[in-house]
Amino acid sequence: MRHIISILMENESGALSRVAGLFSARGYNIESLTVAPTNDPTLSRMTLVTTGNEQIVEQIVKQLNKLIDVVKLMELNEYRYIEREMMLIKVHAAEAGREEIKRLSDIFRGRIIDVTSEVYTIELTGTGEKLDAFMEAVGERHILEVVRSGAMGIARGDRVLRA
Amino acid sequence: MTELTGAEIFVRCLKAEDVDLIFGYPGGAVLHIYDALYKQKDISHILTRHEQGAVHAAEGYAKSTGRVGVALVTSGPGATNAVTGIADAYMDSVPLVVFTGQVPTYLIGNDAFQESDSVGITRPIVKHNFLVKDVADLAETVKKAFYIAASGRPGPVVVDLPKDVTAAKAAFKYPKSIRMRSYNPTIKGHPGQIKRAAELILQAERPIIYAGGGVILGGAAKELTEFTRMLGYPITNTLMGLGGYPATDRQSLGMLGMHGTYEANMAMHQADVVIAIGARFDDRVTGNVDKFCPHAKIVHVDVDPASISKTVRVDIPIVGQVKDVLEDLIGIIRESGKKPKAAPLKAWWKQIEEWRGLDCLKYDRGSELIKPQFVLEKLYEITGGDAYVTSDVGQHQMWAAQFYKFDKPNRWINSGGLGTMGVGLPFAIGTQMAHPDEQVVCVTGEASIQMCIQELSTCLQYHLPIKVVTLNNRYMGMVRQWQEFFYQGRYAMSYMDALPDFVKLAEAYGHVGMRIERPGDVEGALREAMAIKDRLVFMDFVTDDTENVYPMIPAGAGQNEMILV
Repeated sequence: MRHIISILMENESGALSRVAGLFSARGYNIESLTVAPTNDPTLSRMTLVTTGNEQIVEQIVKQLNKLIDVVKLMELNEYRYIEREMMLIKVHAAEAGREEIKRLSDIFRGRIIDVTSEVYTIELTGTGEKLDAFMEAVGERHILEVVRSGAMGIARGDRVLRA
Repeated sequence: MTELTGAEIFVRCLKAEDVDLIFGYPGGAVLHIYDALYKQKDISHILTRHEQGAVHAAEGYAKSTGRVGVALVTSGPGATNAVTGIADAYMDSVPLVVFTGQVPTYLIGNDAFQESDSVGITRPIVKHNFLVKDVADLAETVKKAFYIAASGRPGPVVVDLPKDVTAAKAAFKYPKSIRMRSYNPTIKGHPGQIKRAAELILQAERPIIYAGGGVILGGAAKELTEFTRMLGYPITNTLMGLGGYPATDRQSLGMLGMHGTYEANMAMHQADVVIAIGARFDDRVTGNVDKFCPHAKIVHVDVDPASISKTVRVDIPIVGQVKDVLEDLIGIIRESGKKPKAAPLKAWWKQIEEWRGLDCLKYDRGSELIKPQFVLEKLYEITGGDAYVTSDVGQHQMWAAQFYKFDKPNRWINSGGLGTMGVGLPFAIGTQMAHPDEQVVCVTGEASIQMCIQELSTCLQYHLPIKVVTLNNRYMGMVRQWQEFFYQGRYAMSYMDALPDFVKLAEAYGHVGMRIERPGDVEGALREAMAIKDRLVFMDFVTDDTENVYPMIPAGAGQNEMILV
């Protein structure tokens, strides 16, 4: 099963590699990992997506909690939560296809942020599934380059993860 | 406020932590520190012959005293040589602070001479590590390092010290205590869970207590003994837990696991309630997890939440310091006024005595060759069970665990988790330095001892009267045993060709050497060696090269599937 774990960490050099190292050393799977500082400059917030059965994910959570730099964590999928990922995608958009790409981008609420006579660069946010769907709709032969951020998540309502 | 150099601050910090001994090896990056150590008298520095020896010696100090062991090594090769010791301490939860020198901050990342990324290299094998970039952070970092190493589930902490940081100046202010928002180990167990555990424990008909190294590390041997005697239940100790409960007591079934006793393993297999205390269900204990304790409800007490339900599902988890949880359990059971179920318990003990009657540790006493088991039996007799025994890794380690009866904690010092060959002699150095008036014996094999044999020189320098008992069977014995069992006797590379003359070698290092070749000479030699109080004695026992460690549970089998002889 897919699990999305949100982690507050001390904003210190090496903290990210402790998490990444934990996963590689113990043979856990990381699907995606995003990290950036928060409004509190001493804290970083990390969103980690992983897959595994209940027992594996329980171990992952316990081992993460054991890291000295980890202040707090939350398994978002235990709650109602919102998940977003951002994608920058460069597509071939010329002649007859150009209009079609523009229309698709609008349907997916993408924004075209860079244009040349043959290329559109589109910014798109949503769940990973939505981004996948967009790529499928555009078609592999039109795609020149894809950059995805990995998932970020936050719980709905008044539930917060704070130090 | 007067300012001190980083090196002087370092020394002040160690004094503030009551450190009296550190083990290490100098080098370019730590010369400021060595100079500062030279100018003071409160802390003794023990010079080993290799950084691996220094870290293992610090481990021996920590394991035999329960205090934090300290090692100091230089950058680059000094730090990489320390890695095996750090990994060993990590696996056995030894409280250790290892200081590594580092090239000056302005050279870090430049592939400077004797540079290695010590924080990066040690990250997977430490509880935590630090790189001190500013002398102003040094004192607080050292305080944190000692606090993290010793609290919760203990473990090694590495502090990397760039050379310019040890030269730069700052005001010295040592924090009295440390609060870290991200690190708060649980001490008290959950009262509701403890109550549930007490109820389950009292309902048991075929109970067994399975106690591990956490009891020793948590200083809870007294509480464990009280708890066990109060209930009258059988108890088995893990390899790391030996001495947590008196081995000579009737309730003790000895060690469990791969080379544990028949009675301990059968009792685990048949138990209806297993009370695991400070033990982590290592694969050398559980064997095949699918066949492990098939009838039992399991209570697990451990300070490390990640150790609970890691390999085996438990029914009642209790996270907390073993000592505190045992005190609570004792209190609740006392207050309840309830007693264990007498009739089923009587029947359970009758069954256990039948298993015990098999005498699974018996061996051929009529042999004309020296049996290794006999050497350890005699060693136990002659030392009265009072010695600090360090061991290396292999067959001799298992025989020591089986035949030396530990009645007290912190007396058995060995490498359980990582299984590091070469630890025995440096462990003995650290132990003897910590207990100068006690008898320290290093039980080893001819293969293990050669992995850190240069430390015989350290023993000479500090006049350590360690007794080295080498069970010399001309093979890497445990490797040979597995090759015999599982590889049809193809002894690939397990044969030690070209062994040194250990007697001459010991003498070359300034010690007393003895070679013992006949069973009739074993006792006399041991007595003679123990009587030599001011010298290291290296005893080379030439033993039966075909002897194997029994009983044995082959890897992947269940606890009831022992090979007896």
